Amino acid sequence: MTRAIFLVLLAAAAPAFAQPAAAPPKIELPYSQFTLPNGLRVIVHEDHSVPMVTVNMWYHVGSAREKEKRTGFAHLFEHLMFMGSGHVKPGEFDEWLEAAGGDNNGSTENDRTNYWINVPANSLELALFLESDRMGYLLDTMTPKTVDAQRDVVKNERRQSVENQPYGTAQVVLGEMLFPQGHPYHWPVIGYMEDLTAASYEDVVAFFKAYYAPSNASLVVAGDLQTAEARRLVEKWFSDVKPGPAPAPLTIPGVALTSVQKKTITDRVQLPRLFLAWITPRHFEPGDAALDIAADVLAGGKNSRLYKRLVYDMQIAQDVNAFQGSQQLASSFQVIATPRPGHTVAELQQVIDEEIRKLQREPPTAHELERAINQIEASFYNRMERTGGFGGKADQLNAYYTYTGNPDWFNEDLGRYRVLSADDVSAAAAQFLPLDKRVELTVEPEKKP
Amino acid sequence: MTATISEVRNRHEGTKTRRRNVLLRVFVASWLIPFAALLSAQQAPDRTHPPQPGPPAALKLPAIQKQKLSNGLAVWMVEDHKVPVAQVNLVVFSGTANDPPGKYGVASFTAAMLEEGAGSRSALEIADAVDYLGADLNAATTQDLSAVRLHVPVARLADALPIMADVALRPTFPREEVDRERQQRLTSLLQGRDDPPTIAAVAFSRVLYGKGHRYGTPQMGTAETIKTFTSDDLRGFYAATFRPENATLLAVGDFNAATLVPLLEKQFGSWKAAATAASEKLPAAEQPTSRQVFLVDKPGAPQSQIRIGAIGVPRSTPDYFPITVMNTILGGSFTSRLNNNLREVHGYAYGAGSGFDMRGGPGPFAASAGVQTDKTAEALTEFFNELNGILKPVPAEELARAKNYVSLRYPSAFETTGDISRRLEDALVYHLPDDYFAKYVQNIQAVTAADVQRVAQKYIQPGRVIVIIVGDLKTIEPGIRALNLGPIKTLSIDEVFGPKP
Repeated sequence: MTRAIFLVLLAAAAPAFAQPAAAPPKIELPYSQFTLPNGLRVIVHEDHSVPMVTVNMWYHVGSAREKEKRTGFAHLFEHLMFMGSGHVKPGEFDEWLEAAGGDNNGSTENDRTNYWINVPANSLELALFLESDRMGYLLDTMTPKTVDAQRDVVKNERRQSVENQPYGTAQVVLGEMLFPQGHPYHWPVIGYMEDLTAASYEDVVAFFKAYYAPSNASLVVAGDLQTAEARRLVEKWFSDVKPGPAPAPLTIPGVALTSVQKKTITDRVQLPRLFLAWITPRHFEPGDAALDIAADVLAGGKNSRLYKRLVYDMQIAQDVNAFQGSQQLASSFQVIATPRPGHTVAELQQVIDEEIRKLQREPPTAHELERAINQIEASFYNRMERTGGFGGKADQLNAYYTYTGNPDWFNEDLGRYRVLSADDVSAAAAQFLPLDKRVELTVEPEKKP
Repeated sequence: MTATISEVRNRHEGTKTRRRNVLLRVFVASWLIPFAALLSAQQAPDRTHPPQPGPPAALKLPAIQKQKLSNGLAVWMVEDHKVPVAQVNLVVFSGTANDPPGKYGVASFTAAMLEEGAGSRSALEIADAVDYLGADLNAATTQDLSAVRLHVPVARLADALPIMADVALRPTFPREEVDRERQQRLTSLLQGRDDPPTIAAVAFSRVLYGKGHRYGTPQMGTAETIKTFTSDDLRGFYAATFRPENATLLAVGDFNAATLVPLLEKQFGSWKAAATAASEKLPAAEQPTSRQVFLVDKPGAPQSQIRIGAIGVPRSTPDYFPITVMNTILGGSFTSRLNNNLREVHGYAYGAGSGFDMRGGPGPFAASAGVQTDKTAEALTEFFNELNGILKPVPAEELARAKNYVSLRYPSAFETTGDISRRLEDALVYHLPDDYFAKYVQNIQAVTAADVQRVAQKYIQPGRVIVIIVGDLKTIEPGIRALNLGPIKTLSIDEVFGPKP
């Protein structure tokens, strides 16, 4: 029922894949690719293991394209994509898919919006009809009333996932602290309430015309299908979608923190929580993969340095996590820890800083590096098991295509990790995780009146 | 979705002509794109009716190979050669419902301790070995089972099985690890008080089943019980429940069963039960006899968490299929009545739904949503409109949609090794018949409107339900009182969770 999983700034790094050093079985995802005259790029992948197919569409637009005073709009727009189109009355999109045994969902991030429909293989054409109709004819049925209805739903999504979620406001504040006013990662994907209130029907029309042209999207069709027949059906249903303008590339100057940005906020929680965050290299840029490994060495598993000290040995923390949140315009590296009752964030921060300094000075052991890479390799296999939905093979092909231009970038991605040395990891920690240029955000429990 | 057959045929005939035109268009367009757009508009496909499905593909069910190891331990195997991974689960047919009175939480604590020391390995050694293999190993409970589950690249399966066998068969329950886990659990129970959906779920179960029934207390137990558990308590529960005759080993993945069996025999074939088996019987739980409302204050909350329901049915209910279809219509899919009403029509919620939690004993039925604070009373009215509405005959189209939604996507329930292993666990724990999977689709399709109405009237009784609302009482209480739903009681957080850890 979650149509709209939005990952505020910390979209977990895109699936990172690696193979073992010894006898690496090559990852093969055979696919074929073509482009329609209207500019829609199409990728087809066959997998006959279960008689299901998936239609996976990525639009290359996310909250980073929003204007000030209209934050949250890309995600609100995503909701409107399920409300009917020229030949599909309101409600019919979901009714027809469910009647065919199908499921569907969509999600919005800073850099992209994706949609998927999973259906039994015999209903592929229905899925393509619906997906093409909303790409070609969305505005034919759009009304201010539809916008109002989904505005209320999205406001409730925000209440549920931010205001009423323990520590939910922290990620909003963290984005505001990391990125300066005007930078498109400054505001949250879910948007601000007053901006959601302000969004208008006219905004919907303008946004659709600017960003939902076929040339700004890519389509993956995958599952129990024959490639030639799938191509024929894609051509049948998408060729009448009119081409549109290409949005100008988003040019955002690089950003950097120059000092420590410190803040304390309160929330309705029992325990405080510490968030440390850095601006780090963009997805797939040098340093990005090394920071994935650094995160694992610091906080991945019981033997990681921070978990072992804070949670296992000292028992002063309930949890500690670290991750490199890789994105297109800038990434962020975060360390998040919750003190046990009777302990403070200051105690945790002292240990965290000691361990970061140590990692900056001394490379991880060969065992630590291999352990991290082995887990990345295994995650690759695990992600080959499902074809549809969020994170399935179709979604991954589209992600690689969107970000690298090559849908089958699995082996290249794994290669980024396999070439890393222990020195690379400590060098990345030294270069990109300076203790004197970062965000330090503390959430403290609200005082009872 | 009741378009006629003739429409279907018409569209298929039309396709051939269009196909040729499409190819022509591609050719032209590669030279002159603007013209292609014009042509496209003229030759658009017929969008006046949605395309109808072709003939359905046959359901491909995994072949289950059943064997026994020399100690009698049953083994179920499914070869699945799509991806080079394997899933191996040891399923024990005792879960949190088997916690003895006064020891609520012992099953869950016992499972959590399995990885914290086993054979000659320490907790850190186990974690390091598992992580190094790129494997996932975890132990967990439901009301009806305890399980140790391994997922691993198949190339490392032989290395991972001895670790799994230590964890499952030779846990050591070191005292310092028990204390460590105890603090983790107490803190996590404390944090549960922050989260309105958790408060609502715990309150709902407590009010519905009471303190004396196992289903009335979280699986983890309470701060009181968690503080009392010793290594000996955990060892005792382990010995009474982890026994070859009370367990089955499942393996799904990219292996050859004949090659795998000797590996399983080596690791699990000499496992013997140590003590005598014990089993707890669940007491009967009593249905609410009237409608009662319970409020939990969450000052400043922008949403109210609502749970409405009663005691449902056990997994063994003969009404499984009609209930599944009925609940799909009421609150089990996106187009369901509750979601459509509360989300799409009124915009009170991000989502709303309902479900029967079917367990060994009768688990709860609950309708639920988080609704915006200033619409709490209005949302409650809509909940009851839908709970009353489902008692009336269901229109044919809505019934057909629900049956198709549940049954036509059934193949995807067997897509991954994890999916398949979960289906097998269900079959084992709930004693499903051998042809259960094969007959699933036809059993769903056989459900009639009369069946749906019968089970709705039997199991949904809007006048005899518990209503839990967790929200900002100073704002929402007057509106709730004005609805006159029934007697209203306010619960403190301590009444929901027990004394603060």
